[in-house]
Amino acid sequence: MTSLGSPDELETLRKSIIKSRDPNKPCISICGGTGCLALGGASVINAFKRGIQEQGLNTKVDLRITGCPGFCESGPLVVIEPNNILYQRVTEEDVDQIISQTILKGRVVDKLLYLDSKIGKKITHENEIPFYTKQKRLLLANNSRIDPNNIEDYLALGGYAALGKVLSKMSPEAVIEEVKKSGLRGRGGGGFPTGIKWQSCREAEGDTKYIICNCDEGDPGAFMDRSLMEGNPHSVLEGMIIGAYAIGAHQGYIYVRNEYPLAVRNAQIAIKQAEEHGLLGENILGSGFDFNISISRGGGAFVCGESTALMASLEGKVGEPRAKYVHTVEKGLWDKPTGLNNVETWANVPLIINEGADWYAKIGTPKSKGTKIFSLTGKINNTGLVEVPMGMTLGEIIYDIGGGIPGGKKFKAVQTGGPSGGCIPESLLNLPVDFDELAKVGSMMGSGGMIVMDENTCMVDIAKYFITFLEGESCGKCVPCREGLKRMQQILTDISEGRGKNGDVELLERLSAAIIDSSLCALGSTAPNPVLSTIRYFRDEYEAHIKDKRCPAGVCKELITYRIIDEKCPGCGLCVKACPQEAITLVQKKKPVVLDQDKCIKCGACYDVCELGAIEVK
Amino acid sequence: MVTLTIDGREVQAEEGATILEAAKESNIYIPSLCHNEGVIPYGACRLCLVEIMRNGRQRLVASCLYPVEEGLVVKTNSERVINNRKMIMELLLARCPDSEVIQGLAKQLGVEKTTFKVEEDNRKCILCALCARVCEEVVGVSAISLVNRGVDRQLATPFYEPSVVCIGCGSCAYVCPTGAIEMEDVGDTRVLSMPHVKMEFKLKKCKTCGNYWAPESQLDYIAKKWNLAPEVFDNCPNCRD
Repeated sequence: MTSLGSPDELETLRKSIIKSRDPNKPCISICGGTGCLALGGASVINAFKRGIQEQGLNTKVDLRITGCPGFCESGPLVVIEPNNILYQRVTEEDVDQIISQTILKGRVVDKLLYLDSKIGKKITHENEIPFYTKQKRLLLANNSRIDPNNIEDYLALGGYAALGKVLSKMSPEAVIEEVKKSGLRGRGGGGFPTGIKWQSCREAEGDTKYIICNCDEGDPGAFMDRSLMEGNPHSVLEGMIIGAYAIGAHQGYIYVRNEYPLAVRNAQIAIKQAEEHGLLGENILGSGFDFNISISRGGGAFVCGESTALMASLEGKVGEPRAKYVHTVEKGLWDKPTGLNNVETWANVPLIINEGADWYAKIGTPKSKGTKIFSLTGKINNTGLVEVPMGMTLGEIIYDIGGGIPGGKKFKAVQTGGPSGGCIPESLLNLPVDFDELAKVGSMMGSGGMIVMDENTCMVDIAKYFITFLEGESCGKCVPCREGLKRMQQILTDISEGRGKNGDVELLERLSAAIIDSSLCALGSTAPNPVLSTIRYFRDEYEAHIKDKRCPAGVCKELITYRIIDEKCPGCGLCVKACPQEAITLVQKKKPVVLDQDKCIKCGACYDVCELGAIEVK
Repeated sequence: MVTLTIDGREVQAEEGATILEAAKESNIYIPSLCHNEGVIPYGACRLCLVEIMRNGRQRLVASCLYPVEEGLVVKTNSERVINNRKMIMELLLARCPDSEVIQGLAKQLGVEKTTFKVEEDNRKCILCALCARVCEEVVGVSAISLVNRGVDRQLATPFYEPSVVCIGCGSCAYVCPTGAIEMEDVGDTRVLSMPHVKMEFKLKKCKTCGNYWAPESQLDYIAKKWNLAPEVFDNCPNCRD
């Protein structure tokens, strides 16, 4: 590949790539994202490779391994182009049938189609599935159209056109103006206006400046940045190059956690390909602008997602935050002006340049523009990644896209914003999701985690879970975060184990206020959110634990008892086999079993196997 | 010079000075534990929090780190500051039940006792890292550092064993604000006691008066660092010409 010397040469290459591709040629597009790989995607991919070889279809069919399109619940996912037939939960054994029926005869394999249980009908095409129809997938849609290791796929979809436009027609100031006008706010959690950050960094004194892409996604259950970096790394690189041009930086870093091996690999390959094409390195597209990107792999500390801790880690020091009274746009990495943005923020930039700030600013709410990707997890039918315009209500995301709660259970709360977000109750399901609305109800956007909880979730237990996580991830530098979270964890443990005292809730509130107010960084100052929000919306559950020594959701082991309902128990003995403690005995055939409370460890195994509802937990 | 207001008093400070330095210059007391003018400010103990007014917004900042600004209005004793300080003292009292300094400071700041369970295995160290910072920034030895993360954080030597690079200078004991590091010279031996390790150093005897006056390892370190002949330290400072 010869290096592209100008934006015109880029357009010529793009035309020749598109021309060389037959839009009617069948293409088997298989998700190679981490979710589908975990569900056995690798063996499906290998089976397709084998099948194509055996049938001599090498020249007649294309095979594309893509990033994550988001519908993880139904993986491994296979899409057959050009008709975009979606096959879900595909196994190795299904592959021969797909090749012989769909590829060779154009027939649809009915059993692999998605069944919409609401209307009781099977759906053939990817774009007709309710999970996708309500989304606005500006960033994620390309994930299933691109082989992340093939720059030509990205170029064929208009990739790097925004860079060409910026380098040939726009001044750095004009780029900043455009980003400011778009209203783009940082997707990493803070929601700071991106254009203003870039402007401050451009105006900061100093010749050497850096930019950083924060791919240290550490929230439990969150995987939007991972999926973008794995599935469409060039969109992130393009955003970074445009940002570097605007700020005046010649060196950039991608800080990505080492637990994301596929994201690391795909970013490495993308950087190399961009360099080979003259899109990175010296004299990019003949413009005279130089910019390089290096990858720095993080060791997996949650706190390193905090910008100053990330920079310390990148410098080779212990990843601990420092006070930001002098902003990182003035003194950041190695004390040089540094523009740091999250993966999703960078990926939005080419879109804004291509389509224009006015177009972008029309999407979303008055103060939160564009779309946001959420990872929908927990007690929800459609686990996966969803991208929606800012301002969509929580209820629409959970019920219309997420398909509601499994097993006919009742919705209880949704936790947004990662471990230090808040739990939002049913009464607020009409809340439009944007930066400010979430903050008003005691939660936050964070990086976009969304954990759904059903009626069987104990809110004291949930608060304890998140505080335990945060206590373990606190760097330990400042007193309120280190000591305060430790005490908070102890109090919550006491409450959940029946040692709660009158005044504990008030103490938690007082402690929370101090941790929020006096911690050194945002890890500490947001950590009490799960406690405060559960107290705010589910105070009765705290009271039940403390005063009545009762766990209403039946979760906290020390406060619950399992009991056999004699009238319902036919003595089938399933629970007897399931009990690891031999606490249940079948005294007489066809008579109710007997549970020995002294031996019971409250593991719930009997409750789970009994389909007759003959075991109750209280 | 920059003019700012601290607790209603107009105060002058050098550009680049911190609020804490400006307050100290003007004899305005702000409590702090992890600050020492010999090392780079760290902002960990959070006791020096003050409330500032900026662009019509009030917020708490660590005065040991916040640089003075023209026209800045600072309150060191607002209700918000006091409430936060008291909670921090309660947390420290529970962590360091044996430290007289912590007990005294708590009393001074109006905290008589702590609501929290008192720590069993740590009695004095608040993990302010002053010892480790002095050892690195001033002495240049880095014999001790903070290890582990979060609640498991400890001050330690590598592998919790007596350090092979420690010169026994005792700077760590000198700067420790809570008495968690103790130093004692007994006969020809200096004993340095840290929370997780005890180290001993041989003291040098003065050729003239016969007193033991400094660890041999420290004198070797100084001689090497400044390229001095070892005989320079044959006599103690009192017996030198």
